[in-house]
Amino acid sequence: MDSLLHRYRNITVLFVAILAQLGAIAWQVKRDDNVSLLRIWAVSAVTPMASLVENLRTGTFGVFTDYFAFRGTRDESRSLRADRDRLRLENQLLKNELAAAQREEGLAGFRAHTPSKMIAARVIGATTGLGTRSVLIDQGTVAGVQRGMAVVTPDGIVGRVLAAYPLASLVLSVTDAGFAASVETQKNHTRGVLKGMGSSTARIDYVPGGQKVEPGEAFYTSGDDRVFPRGMPAGRVVSVHEGGTFLEILAEPFSGEAAPEAVFVIVDPVHQEIPEVPITNAPVFLGPDAPSASGASGGQSGGNGTTQADQLMDQYRKIGAAQGHVFGGGNVGSTPPNFNLKVPGVNAPGVAVPVPGVAPGASGGTGFSGRAVRAVAGVVAHPATGARFGSGMPRIAVGGSGVRRVVRPVSASGGLRLAPDVPAKGGTQP
Amino acid sequence: MGSQLNSILVDDARQVRRAHYPVWVFIVVPISALLIQIYLPLFQTMRFVAKIDLPLLVTIYFSLMRRSQIRGLGIGLVLGLAQDSFSRFYIGMYGICKTMVGYFSASVGMQFDVENSFVRILLCLVFYVFHQFLYWVLQRAVLGQTVAVDIQGEAILAVINALIGVALFHFLDKLRIRE
Repeated sequence: MDSLLHRYRNITVLFVAILAQLGAIAWQVKRDDNVSLLRIWAVSAVTPMASLVENLRTGTFGVFTDYFAFRGTRDESRSLRADRDRLRLENQLLKNELAAAQREEGLAGFRAHTPSKMIAARVIGATTGLGTRSVLIDQGTVAGVQRGMAVVTPDGIVGRVLAAYPLASLVLSVTDAGFAASVETQKNHTRGVLKGMGSSTARIDYVPGGQKVEPGEAFYTSGDDRVFPRGMPAGRVVSVHEGGTFLEILAEPFSGEAAPEAVFVIVDPVHQEIPEVPITNAPVFLGPDAPSASGASGGQSGGNGTTQADQLMDQYRKIGAAQGHVFGGGNVGSTPPNFNLKVPGVNAPGVAVPVPGVAPGASGGTGFSGRAVRAVAGVVAHPATGARFGSGMPRIAVGGSGVRRVVRPVSASGGLRLAPDVPAKGGTQP
Repeated sequence: MGSQLNSILVDDARQVRRAHYPVWVFIVVPISALLIQIYLPLFQTMRFVAKIDLPLLVTIYFSLMRRSQIRGLGIGLVLGLAQDSFSRFYIGMYGICKTMVGYFSASVGMQFDVENSFVRILLCLVFYVFHQFLYWVLQRAVLGQTVAVDIQGEAILAVINALIGVALFHFLDKLRIRE
């Protein structure tokens, strides 16, 4: 028996090792809990070294590269070059400091303007799985990170915590094939599920066909998945295709394919509103109203404080008085006065009586200017009421919106062509 | 042909001697391989490192040079489980693959002159493909996942890994204790 065991010892050990690991896999699948002691040990053993290397790199890499870049510079103007190099180095360092300060300022601003409580973390490693996209961050359960927490940057969502260890956490990236988050569009608030594809793009599933989603439209988290708070930028639509029941939407995550240097872990999510789409219709410039003949603004009032309608009424009153007409005294069926009659000094050359806004010799005001034109434009030939405006008296019409508008005929230079007056039977009519 | 074959087969006691290394090599080299694998892909220009399975190459090297099946599977087991710890999958997937790679590479190492560069390239190529195939089988059989296989891409990666493996083996040879 001993010799048999000794003879097959190696293959026996192999089988035992394989079976033990198969059992471990089965146990993990059953429990759905892959944070085992072995994983904690391994991550805790390697991540401090990764943090150390990263800190050393960020602290010394720039200085060393600059040093080696400048080392070979030797020529006659050595002192000048040395000065130049020193200034370059300072400039580079200042640029680096400025970039770092701007980045920090951006992160601080994002943190201040985001109602959710967050923990800042640094990305210290990428995991080694085939086709997987996940990163390690340097904050773990000691700092309050827990499995399932959302990880974001000011640009958008990065992923969610897959496993939290004491000193580090494993973050499933938004581009990983196993990632999913509930999202909705910015414009129409159409909901869907953002899923990673293992590449730089992601797809958005379960958006019903017929919904209006356009390329370039932004998706935000909807908060339905209870991982990401509502209102975090998720991605931008790249293409939309009709795919039967649901739309086939490809999107580019805002956080991009490359792992960011610094991230935030949301420990206390607070929902926020999805920002409104900025109005794309720019305000249209409107020029000033055309000046009236009298120079009065808008052509609506005369120079003596009366309106053009008052002046026109006064003109008609004088024409009527010249014919002996008593306004309000005419009987039914009686002949009305001829308002087209040329009365010297009123509407015909003679004694100069200036009538602002009325062209001399014009047979009734046939034009409108400035604001009056725009006011009447919708009611000159109203499709519903059929109201038309001709020459002469001020008219009152009801516009399309039901608002009563007083339309004042002004000078003939108004430029609006009006329908001719209805021909009168047996005489002229106003 | 026959002479070439004889040159890569073990034909005397000198060739079956096990290589010996300082203890720190067995600690620093695997950890460095893991560290490089998880750290360098963070940089845009070094993302290709994620495609190189350094833990696998280290497993093959130590298994070949130690010429012990038990030690080979032990090295593969430890490195595989450590690699599993950094992946998002269940612990044991890489462990099983590298355990078997360690065992079989140690078995093969007893038959060939493993210091021959051609043998090393060939073994790296074969065991890389074996490792990937085993992982694919485990994903389908144990986890029930359907994973698309890019055969052309995997073939290119196998060649690249084999070439890098030879260079790595040459470097690791320098760490041997000379007798």
